[in-house]
Formats: sequence, C-alpha cells, structure tokens
Amino acid sequence: MVELLLTPLSYPFMVRGLTAAIIVGVVCAVLGTYIVLRGMALFGDALAHAILPGVVVGYLLGGGNEIWLSFGGLVAGILTALGIGLLNQGKVKEDTATGVMFAGMFALGIALLSTVRSYTVDLTHFLFGNVLGVSNYNLWLSGIFGSLVILTIILFYKELLVISFDPILAQTLHLPTKFLNNLLLLLIAVTIVLSLQTVGLALMSAMLVTPAATASLLTRHLPVMMILSATIGAASAVIGLYLSFYVNIASGPAIVLTCTFFFMLAFANQRL
Amino acid sequence: MVAKTAILQQVIEFRDKLFDLQPQIRRTNFSLSKPFRQTETCPILELQNVLVRFNETLALDNISFQLRKGERVALVGPNGAGKSTLFNVIAGILRPTQGQVNLPHALIKDKNEQFAIAYVPQRNQVDWRFPVNAAEVVMMGRVGQLGLFHWPKRKDWDMVYEALELVGMAKLAKRQIGELSGGQQQRVFIARALAQQAELILMDEPLTGLDMQSQEDIFAILEKLRQRQVTVMVATHDLNLAAERFDRLMLLKQRLIGFGTASEVFTTDLLRQAYNGQLRLLETNNGTVVVEDSCCGGGHG
Ligand SMILES: Nc1ncnc2c1ncn2[C@@H]1O[C@H](COP(=O)(O)OP(=O)(O)OP(=O)(O)O)[C@@H](O)[C@H]1O
Ligand SMILES: [Mg+2]
Repeated sequence: MVELLLTPLSYPFMVRGLTAAIIVGVVCAVLGTYIVLRGMALFGDALAHAILPGVVVGYLLGGGNEIWLSFGGLVAGILTALGIGLLNQGKVKEDTATGVMFAGMFALGIALLSTVRSYTVDLTHFLFGNVLGVSNYNLWLSGIFGSLVILTIILFYKELLVISFDPILAQTLHLPTKFLNNLLLLLIAVTIVLSLQTVGLALMSAMLVTPAATASLLTRHLPVMMILSATIGAASAVIGLYLSFYVNIASGPAIVLTCTFFFMLAFANQRL
Repeated sequence: MVAKTAILQQVIEFRDKLFDLQPQIRRTNFSLSKPFRQTETCPILELQNVLVRFNETLALDNISFQLRKGERVALVGPNGAGKSTLFNVIAGILRPTQGQVNLPHALIKDKNEQFAIAYVPQRNQVDWRFPVNAAEVVMMGRVGQLGLFHWPKRKDWDMVYEALELVGMAKLAKRQIGELSGGQQQRVFIARALAQQAELILMDEPLTGLDMQSQEDIFAILEKLRQRQVTVMVATHDLNLAAERFDRLMLLKQRLIGFGTASEVFTTDLLRQAYNGQLRLLETNNGTVVVEDSCCGGGHG
C-alpha cells in the first residue's frame, strides 16, 4: 500500500504534477465558493474558453515561451470580462452577452491556432491540460499567483461577502462596488490562467464549480465551506493523478471525474 | 511581533491613501444604547423636485417632501406607483433623473462621515440559502464603518449582539438565515440596520406575508426605534395598518398625491387619484370606507 503511494513520487514529473494540481485544486476551490454563491458558474466556464485566442497569440509570438502564453491568456481574460460587462450595460441580457463573447472568442482562438501545423496536438494541450508536463516556471507561476489570489480573498473577505450576499447593502454602505466586482473578475481570470496547464480550458469550470458546489451541500457556514471546498479540490487533484498514473487515463479528466464523484457522494448523502 | 504589526499598519495606511479606498472614518466608542445625534429641529431628509425616468416610463414625477427626525412614515400606493424606486433614490442607489436629495448639513460633521441610511430589502430579494447565520448578516451592517482590511473587533460583535438582543433574536444568532421564520428573518435585517447605526431606515414591505403576531413583534421593535429617534419609512399595501400605526402617510402614484395624517390623506378624492379603479370606496355616514379589491380587508379615513 505504502509502496503504491510512494512509487509515483520517485518520478520528478509526478512530484511537479502533484504539487501543481494541489495548488490549482485549492485556489480554484476557494475562489469557486464565490462563483457558486453568486451564480457565476456559466461565466467562469465562458471566461475559461474565451482566453484561448490570447493564449494562442502568446504561443505564436513567443514561440513556446510560457511567459507569453500566460500573459496572452491574462490579457484575453480581462478583455473578455470587460467586454461582457460592456455588452451587459446595453440591452443584452447577461447570459446572452456571455454566450456571444464566449463562442466568438473561442472560435477566434481555434481559427488562429489552425494556421499552425501542430494544430491538433497543441489544441488538445490547451483544452485538456498536460499536468505531467508542468514545468518549473509553471510551478512558480501557480505558487505565486495562487497565493496572491488566496491572500486577496482573505483581505477582502468581508467586502466580497457583502457584495455577494446583498449588493444593495454594499451600495448603501458606500463600499467601492465597481472595484470589488472587477477585482473578483480579475481573480477569476488570474486563476484560470494559472490552472491552464494543469486542467486545461475545457475542464476548468469543473475545478471552479464542483468542489465548491460539493461543499455547499455539506455545510451552511461560509468559512467552513471554503475550507471544505479547498480540501475536496486538493484531494481530487491527488486521487485523480494517482488514478491516471495507475489506470492510465488522461490526468485532467481523472481529476475532474474525482471531483464529480465527490459531488455525487455529497448529493446522495443529502438525499438520504 | 510588535514591529511586524506596526509595519503592517503602515502598509495598510499607505495603501488606503494610495488608492483612496478607505470609504469612511471609523467611529470610536459608539454604543447602540446611546441616543443618536441631537438635531430634532431640522428635517432629517429633504427631496426637491425629484424625477425618475426609466427609458420611456416616468417612475417618479416631481416629488418634494421633508422627513422629521424620529417619525414613522407609511408609504402607500398601488403596484408600480414608484415606492421601491423612491427608496432607491433616498438610499442613494439610484440617481434621480432630475431634482435633489438633501441631507441636512448639521448631520454631516465630516465629509467622510456618511449620513447612515439603511435599506431593509423585500424578503423575496434575499438569497435565503446563502451560507451565513443571523449574527453574520447583522455584522455586515458594520462593514462600512470597519473599513477595508480591518476585521471585526470585540466592540463590533458587542454591537451585533446588542442589536440582535433588541429585536429579540439573540438566542437564534447562530442559525442559518434560511432556517428562520419570515418574521424572524425580518427582525434580523432590522438588527442589521441598527448595527449600521442607521438614522433613517427604509423598509420595503416588511409586513407582507407575516401573521398578526409577527406584525405586532415588528411594531414593538419600531416602537423601540422611535425611542432612539430613528426615523422609519415603511412601504406597505396594508392601508389599514398604515392608517392606524404610523405618524404620517405618504400616498404615491408617480406623483406625491398626499402626505400627512391618515385623515388628511385617506380622503375619497385622494384615494381615487392614487388607485383609480383598484380600490372600492364606499361612502358612509362616518366617512369613506375602503374595500380592497384583492382580498383581506380595508381601512378607513
Ligand atoms: N430598473 C427599471 N427599469 C425600467 N423600469 C423600471 C425599473 N424599475 C422600476 N421600473 C418601473 O418604474 C415604475 C415604478 O416601479 P416600482 O418598483 O418603484 O413600483 P412599486 O411601487 O415598488 O411597486 P410594487 O408595489 O409592485 O412593489 C414601474 O412602472 C416599473 O415598471
Ligand atoms: Mg416595490
């Protein structure tokens, strides 16, 4: 049994992959509590897909340099978030605006990428991640920006709580509501970029939504929900990676399926 | 350790200055049981020719009035009369298309110190499954005074529990809000307004859907608020309660049809102007009897 657990750790790529997956699992899960509570699940999924053109432009310009990839993705994420906000101020409903931007940006990304010869391989990596190919750069990126995201959530805990629970109260208290809303969008964009390599764009929303949704079934207390969500995210990352090591299935889906399994358990438990 | 905290404090202050994020100065040694500021003579709020237009709809037309400190006002009018819109304008959530909302200068000592207006939302606007308990909801009222990067202190929790005590909810402080009855939920939100140290509380239909006992509980709390000189404005569809339990009534239908005591405002003529065919008015020897179309009952004036 112990050997079963230790064998994968003798491979450096597995250690890097595990570390990255745990960081991503925790950061996505904590931020995810706000996404779930504010009903932004669709938005998170859309934003993840919409950063593709940025990543591709970064890829084409940087020639595989990872800093370019993350930077491109972040720019695209922020532009899309603002774009959805702009459309929304007009006469377009929010989910419609999200749907339009999401599909448009995603198509643009694929169109750009289709000009490259290694098109299908690259697209697969962007869409489904490649956690076992995580580089040291990526580990640092996840570590530093992941800590910043968590720190920001802690520092702005009570403001984010008020604006999520009762936006009108936030206004009557003269909280900087615009700043706080944009801050949350920025945090989502950063988190998506730092999770890109680990889970990929297509499965990102599962990491953002599923652990938090599971936790919301188990507790009715926000701080507990955040900690539970983080635990479920990290546990899914580890279990998923071991599964993928031994059963030989793709790592991203293995992690997401583990999350989904936990959700099913919690759901069944609630029904009993 | 000490040095660390001092440095952290400096960093925080620097950030606040840099981004001008600190929305309010923090008041010190404030207690709920102290009376609020003494300014009975001047009006607490004044609206001048306020007009609100949403695209083509005129929601509020040329509204002017003053509120006195400590009074209890009922805001009545048919559906779509503009009651919620008026609250939004007063609370500063909605900027009027034309006109002005004035808060008397005597009350604003410092430009950073906001005149505290609290808004108790309609119950159907709240997500009752949200993972917070009653005490945490009340603490949200303190967030403005706390300022960014400051955690609630002992004093703030004391205020929260004092407010909960006043509305008779201290025992249920740890209950998740969805597990409270409608009347209890309403009381939690009133406690939040108290923790906010509001001097004007706007309540949007707080009595709707409550049984007689819960309504009486709310009125008992309103009575305590009156002793503290807190001004309260309540939007309601219950003309009967409006006539009997409030100092003044405001009859609204886009325009301000009437504002005064029940006998001044609930006249056949003014009620007709506000409700058109939506109310059945019976002329009797003792005056006008209102028979509401929908259900339940009527009022008289
Ligand atoms: N955001 C908005 N955009 C467009 N029109 C609006 C908006 N809010 C309110 N209105 C319109 O303004 C008018 C006043 O609405 P308001 O909600 O203030 O009425 P109310 O008196 O609160 O009604 P009720 O008794 O049903 O709560 C209505 O005609 C409504 O359709
Ligand atoms: Mg209304």
